[in-house]
Amino acid sequence: MTKEKREIVIPGEIIGSGDDFLPGDWTVKQGKDIVATRYGIIEKQDRLIKVIPISGVYIPRGGNTVIGEIKDINFNGWQVEIGGPYGAFLMLRECPGFIEESEMENVYGVGDLIVTKIFNVKRTSVDLTMKSRDGGLGKIRDGLIIKVNPHRVPRIIGKEGSMIHLIKEATGCSITVGQNGLIWIKGDNVDSRLYAKHAIEFIVENTIVGGLTEKVEAWLKDNKDKYKVSLKENKVSEGEN
Amino acid sequence: MTKEEKSLYTERPEGRKFDDLREIKAKVGVVPNADGSAMFAQGDTIAIASVYGPKTLNPKHCQNPEKGVLRVHYNMLPFSVHDRIKPGISRRSQEISKVTEWALSPVVILDELPGTVIDIHINILQANAGTRCAGINAAAMALAQAGVPMKEMISAIAVGKLDKTIVADVVKEEEDYDDGEGATDMPMAYLSNSGKISLLQLDGRIQISRMKEALEMGKEACKKIHEVQKKALKEAE
Repeated sequence: MTKEKREIVIPGEIIGSGDDFLPGDWTVKQGKDIVATRYGIIEKQDRLIKVIPISGVYIPRGGNTVIGEIKDINFNGWQVEIGGPYGAFLMLRECPGFIEESEMENVYGVGDLIVTKIFNVKRTSVDLTMKSRDGGLGKIRDGLIIKVNPHRVPRIIGKEGSMIHLIKEATGCSITVGQNGLIWIKGDNVDSRLYAKHAIEFIVENTIVGGLTEKVEAWLKDNKDKYKVSLKENKVSEGEN
Repeated sequence: MTKEEKSLYTERPEGRKFDDLREIKAKVGVVPNADGSAMFAQGDTIAIASVYGPKTLNPKHCQNPEKGVLRVHYNMLPFSVHDRIKPGISRRSQEISKVTEWALSPVVILDELPGTVIDIHINILQANAGTRCAGINAAAMALAQAGVPMKEMISAIAVGKLDKTIVADVVKEEEDYDDGEGATDMPMAYLSNSGKISLLQLDGRIQISRMKEALEMGKEACKKIHEVQKKALKEAE
């Protein structure tokens, strides 16, 4: 985050050569050269060179908290759309408590949005769970959902949640960031929700710029008067990622 | 043949040199709804490619459990040429879709995406020869922007032989040239890093010795196009 703008590479571009470097994610070794296989920015960690993707669909990973939409109900679970190349399945046994088969529709109906967690990524499907020690999983009943590029999510959360905490404190909203790019903003009034939404959009637009935390702080200060935010009930969110 | 005879074709329509390309404009991210998109314009020929996916392929019997599937839809819009083209799939557009798919498949790494499909839609907004090449150039940029794993970039150009003169990037007027030996049109797609050719079509007649010359000219042109594609992708953010 120290550099002002990081270098973008295209597939097929040679990003290092010789035996001084090791190929990391999204790179291959061709003879002596290390070649990028995806569009993204380079990251060098000691000897390891890797490409961090900046665009494209969401790639599910185990342990990710995501926001999904219920697409179908089967006898033993729910089909959930979480974005990405493959469909996801939430099994009945992965829900806390006992649910009667006839009651499944009332728990999560078709079209409902849920905060859920990926516990297993298989070759062509994804398994979800609603059981988590940290809590924060469940049905979304109110609030605002926005969609962003999933590759921007790490910057929205920030180091150890610093960035998202900044927005939560300034806006008084509870925000749940799904790793698949869907963000749930829950606030007391429309203005505070919009304030949070625009702050997140500001981050998405300026991802590659260095010193982002300071810039977001300044943005939050500059735009405070535009929104009528009441910080009386400054709730700490339950669903943090 | 002892000595090469003089060619009847000595001057190009826009006063270009024989190996000069038309003015190229390239831009990525022109279709915000798509996972990746690009515009590639070569003179009057404008192509827009949008990429959707990788996504699950339905119906299920079309899936390949070993690797992903690439689907290309090439389409010329009704207003792209002077005489209106009947909208919809034609024999020509089906052929070009298939040929483009074959040209792109060696560079796209599909092994890690079993059971998925990547849809590429190429639309020609305006046509003045070389539409399949402009389509491939746009599709390569759109695929890169969509975050699809690729071995390298791909560039394409149409090389032609007009009477005895070999020219790069032919226009419609040149394609219809019929003096002397007439016009030969040779679209090719070239992988700049590995030096491979993934598309080579030939419409007309050409001597083997001249063909080598034409390929060399095409490769040089593709390298120029590759630089433009690279620049457009790097400046996108």
